[in-house]
Amino acid sequence: MSHSAQALHHDDGSAVKEIWKVTAILSVLTIIELILGFWMMGIESESFRLAIKGSIVILMIAKAFYIVGYFMHLKHELKNLIMTIVVPLALFIWFITAFLYEGNSYKNLRNRYDPYKKAQTEIKVHKNEEVKEGKPSAE
Amino acid sequence: MSTVTATAAPTKLWGGGKSPFDVEYGKLMMWYFLMSDAFTFGAFLISYGTIRFSSNGWPNPNEVFKSFPFAPEGVHAPLVFVSIMTFILIISSVTMVLAVLAGKQMDKKAVVRNLILTIIGGIAFLSCQAWEWNHLHSEGAWWGANPFLNADGTQSSTNFTNYFFTITGFHGFHVFSGVVINIIMLIMTLMDKFEKRGHYLMIEKAGLYWHFVDLVWVFVFTCFYLI
Repeated sequence: MSHSAQALHHDDGSAVKEIWKVTAILSVLTIIELILGFWMMGIESESFRLAIKGSIVILMIAKAFYIVGYFMHLKHELKNLIMTIVVPLALFIWFITAFLYEGNSYKNLRNRYDPYKKAQTEIKVHKNEEVKEGKPSAE
Repeated sequence: MSTVTATAAPTKLWGGGKSPFDVEYGKLMMWYFLMSDAFTFGAFLISYGTIRFSSNGWPNPNEVFKSFPFAPEGVHAPLVFVSIMTFILIISSVTMVLAVLAGKQMDKKAVVRNLILTIIGGIAFLSCQAWEWNHLHSEGAWWGANPFLNADGTQSSTNFTNYFFTITGFHGFHVFSGVVINIIMLIMTLMDKFEKRGHYLMIEKAGLYWHFVDLVWVFVFTCFYLI
């Protein structure tokens, strides 16, 4: 019928090859993510950390694309089917933007208009161990 | 309208008489179910992100998730255990694709072998998660209890543990249902149900669900452990 129907029946050798290729891509992307994660631990600069986090998110989306496109075979389906699934998910773009902006705005407003709350969140607590051990001795 | 006939242009509008998306009903509905499930997980993760963005401090995941089974107490091995969990899920996803492919070729033996491998992978992942939950619980973390301080040394709220246990728990429950579905598929394969039907399309639907579980873990792993 259509070209995609034929794509479903391409010879088995190339299908297995494609699976291993995607596996390799997913593994490499995960390893890069982990390297970035380990690298980020030693970095103090907040803006640089944010840039690394951004790259990790881009790698995450790439991994999602490979899983959905190849493992779940969506790339080989008819275009109309792809659209009925991908187009509603595009709502996430606004969903994420709006809510993260909202959260950030709430933090800024509260810090400005509720100085008591802000001061409360700036009090440093002693080390974890001391908190745990401090409790029984206080009793 | 009457000028558009079925023979005129196959790529134009759907003219009836055949499946418009060229997939069977069950598979299409599985896709729509997974889409709705994606919105559920998306809502959870976005809610987590919103709360994190509205907080002045947040615990450092490298300080919270730093332990490893059988390692001495106080070992500092961040990201190591969770990366093993991630690879377990990726590999089990690969064996699931191979099972679906074997089903298309009507190769019962290969379907059984790959399904068993997938089930083992799923159980291994669940065991890892059970260990991690148990370990965090022994450190005093649970819903409504957060023993970890924020990264800057200030007192943290229970938002962190609430979101962690709710979202990984919801995902873990999906993994559990996926394992159950795969076991049912294995039993049906062994009973020759699909051989009698003449196709292994059911395995394909179970495979879609299993890949979705892997997909969600990609997001959960990034949002909780890496960032």
